[in-house]
Amino acid sequence: MSERHHIIPVWFFVGLLLLTYGALILISGIAEWRDPPPTVLAKLHAPVWWGSLMVMLGAGYVAAFRPGRDA
Amino acid sequence: MVRLHSVDLAIIAIYFLAVICIGFYLKRFAQSGEDFFLAGREMTAWVAGLSFLSANLGSLELLGWAGSSYQYGILAVHWYWIGAIPAMLFLGIVMMPFYYISKTHSVPGYLQLRYGKAASGLSAVSFGFMTILMSGVNMFAMAKVMQVVLGWNIHFSIWVSSLTVGIYVASGGLFSAIFNEVLQFFLIWFGALLIPILGLIEAGGWNGLVARIQHNFPNQNFTHAWSNLGHFENNPMGMHWTGIVFGLGAVISMGYWTTDFLVVQRVLSAKDLRSAKMAPIIGSFFKMAVPLIVILPGLIGLAVLPDKLVPESALQPGQHSYNDVLPLMLARYCGPGLMGLGVTALVAGFMAGMAGNVSAFATVWTYDIYRPFIRKTAPDQHYVSMGRWCTIIGLFISIGTAYVAMGFASIMDYVQALFSFFIAPLFGTVLIGMLWKRATPLGGFLGLLAGTLTAIGIFLSMKFDHNLVAVFALSSQAKGLAQDMYQALWSWLVCVLVTVVASLATAPRPAAELVGLVYGVTPIPKEENVPLLHKPIFWAGVALVLFVILQFVFW
Repeated sequence: MSERHHIIPVWFFVGLLLLTYGALILISGIAEWRDPPPTVLAKLHAPVWWGSLMVMLGAGYVAAFRPGRDA
Repeated sequence: MVRLHSVDLAIIAIYFLAVICIGFYLKRFAQSGEDFFLAGREMTAWVAGLSFLSANLGSLELLGWAGSSYQYGILAVHWYWIGAIPAMLFLGIVMMPFYYISKTHSVPGYLQLRYGKAASGLSAVSFGFMTILMSGVNMFAMAKVMQVVLGWNIHFSIWVSSLTVGIYVASGGLFSAIFNEVLQFFLIWFGALLIPILGLIEAGGWNGLVARIQHNFPNQNFTHAWSNLGHFENNPMGMHWTGIVFGLGAVISMGYWTTDFLVVQRVLSAKDLRSAKMAPIIGSFFKMAVPLIVILPGLIGLAVLPDKLVPESALQPGQHSYNDVLPLMLARYCGPGLMGLGVTALVAGFMAGMAGNVSAFATVWTYDIYRPFIRKTAPDQHYVSMGRWCTIIGLFISIGTAYVAMGFASIMDYVQALFSFFIAPLFGTVLIGMLWKRATPLGGFLGLLAGTLTAIGIFLSMKFDHNLVAVFALSSQAKGLAQDMYQALWSWLVCVLVTVVASLATAPRPAAELVGLVYGVTPIPKEENVPLLHKPIFWAGVALVLFVILQFVFW
C-alpha cells in the first residue's frame, strides 16, 4: 500500500483478524455441534461454515500480503 | 438482553488489542503534517475507496437505517441508492480533479483557495463544531446500545471506547483512522451478512419474505421503492418523489458525499489522481450492496419477528423499539462466536465513527482555523503536535457532548438536522466555485451564510408552527425526513441565488488566480493511453447502469 513508508499492507491485518476470528468461530461451532444454541436455524451450523469461510479468506490474505513477501 | 459467552468476550477483547497495537505500529510513519493529516497521500484506490465508504458506515447508521427499514419498509433504500450513488460518481468524475489538483488538505482549505478566508473560516468553524458534536453523539449511541443489548455500564463503554480511539488516532493520525476503517469494513460485512442469509432461508426467499410481510401488515406497502411515492399519504414516510429526487438525490446526498470533509478526506489520501477518482467509484459498488446488511434485516424483522416493534417515544417495559431490530435479528440467528463477531462489528463501527470525526476535526482545526487565524508560520512539527493534541482535546469535548446527549432524548435528531444545515449550502458554494469562474469571494461567503441561515430558519419555523410544513415541505403530511429534504433544497437554492447575485455585483478574480481551482481554466490530465478497464469513467458508467437496473427491479 505504501511505497514511501514501507508500511505493512492493511490487507495483512485484515487477513490476520479474519483468520483469528474465523478459527475461534469454527472451533466454537464444532464444540457445539451436538448441542447447538437455542437460535433459529441452529441446525444449519452456521458457525462451522461461516468460520471456515473466514479462515480460508483470512489465510489467503495473510499469505498474499505477509511482510517481506517482496523482499 | 443478550448473554455473551467467553468466546464472544475474547473476540471483543482481541479487537481492542488489535487496534491499539496497529495505532502504535503506525505512529512511526505519521511524522510530517502530510502523513498525520492525509496519510502521506499514498493510499491505493481500494484502500481509499473502502475507507471512504466505511467512514459513513458507522453503527449509528447501521442501527438507525435497519430501524427505519422496519418502520418505512424498502423506502429506506433510497438513502443508499439515489441518496448516494450519483453523488459518489459525481465526486469521482467531476469534483475530485479540482480537490486533488489544488493539493488542498480539506474542503474549507479549498474554499480558502477559491473564495478566501471568510467563506473558509465560516465553513471550518461550523464543520469543526458539528464534527465534535457528532463524535459525542456517536459515543453516547454506542454506550446506549451496549447498555441495552449487553447490559454494560454506560460510563465504562464511553471511557473505554474513547481512550482506545484517542490512543490510536493520536498515534497514527489518518493512517490509523483509515486502517481501522478498512478493518471495520470487513468486520461489519462478516458480522452482519449472516442475518440476511439465514433470514431469507427462514422466510422462504424473497417471495416468501414479501408474502409474510403482507400477511403481517395487510394494506401496507413495505416492499416497493418508487411505486407508492406519487402522493405524500400513500407511503409510511409521508414522502413525495420530488423530495427523494431533488431534495435527497440532488442536494443532500450531493452535499454530503462531495463536501463533507469527513468522507472527502479519505479520498484526498489517494496516491494519485486516478486513484482519487477511482476511490469513490469503488465505494459506490459496495454502497449499492449495503442494503443487504442494513435494509434487508429490517424487512426480515417485519416478516419473522413475533412481536411488533414500536417507536422510541411509545416504548413500554418489555417492548422493543424500531432501532433494536438489528440486535434482535443478531440474537435470533447468532450463537456464541457469531454473536461476539456481530457485537465487535457494532463496536468497530462506533469507534470508526468517532475516529473519523476526531481526525477530521483535528485537520480542520489545525489547517483551517489555527494556521490561518492564530499562528500562520510555524514548523511542520508544530502543526503535527497540534493535530495530536487536538485529537485528545476533541475526544474529551466529545465525552462532554456524550454526557449532554444523555440528558436530552431527542438531541441526536437535532444534531443530525443541524449537520444538514451546513452541508446543503456548502455544496452550493463548492459547486459554483468549481464550475463558474465568475463567482467571487464575497459571493461565496454571502451565499454560504444565507444558505445556512435559511436552513436554520426553515427548521425552526417548521418546529414552532406546524402550518408552515405545508409551505416549505409542500404538504402538511410531510414527516421529519421529508421536511429535511425540502429544507435542504430551499437552503441550497438560496445559497446559489445569493452567490450568483453577489458575484455579479462584485469584481471577479483574474482567471490566472483560478488555475487548478475552477473548470475551464484548469488543465485536467487526459487518460488517452489508459486501457478501458483502468478508466474511472468506464467504471462510473457500469455503476450507473447497475444503479438504474436496481431501481426498476425494486420499483
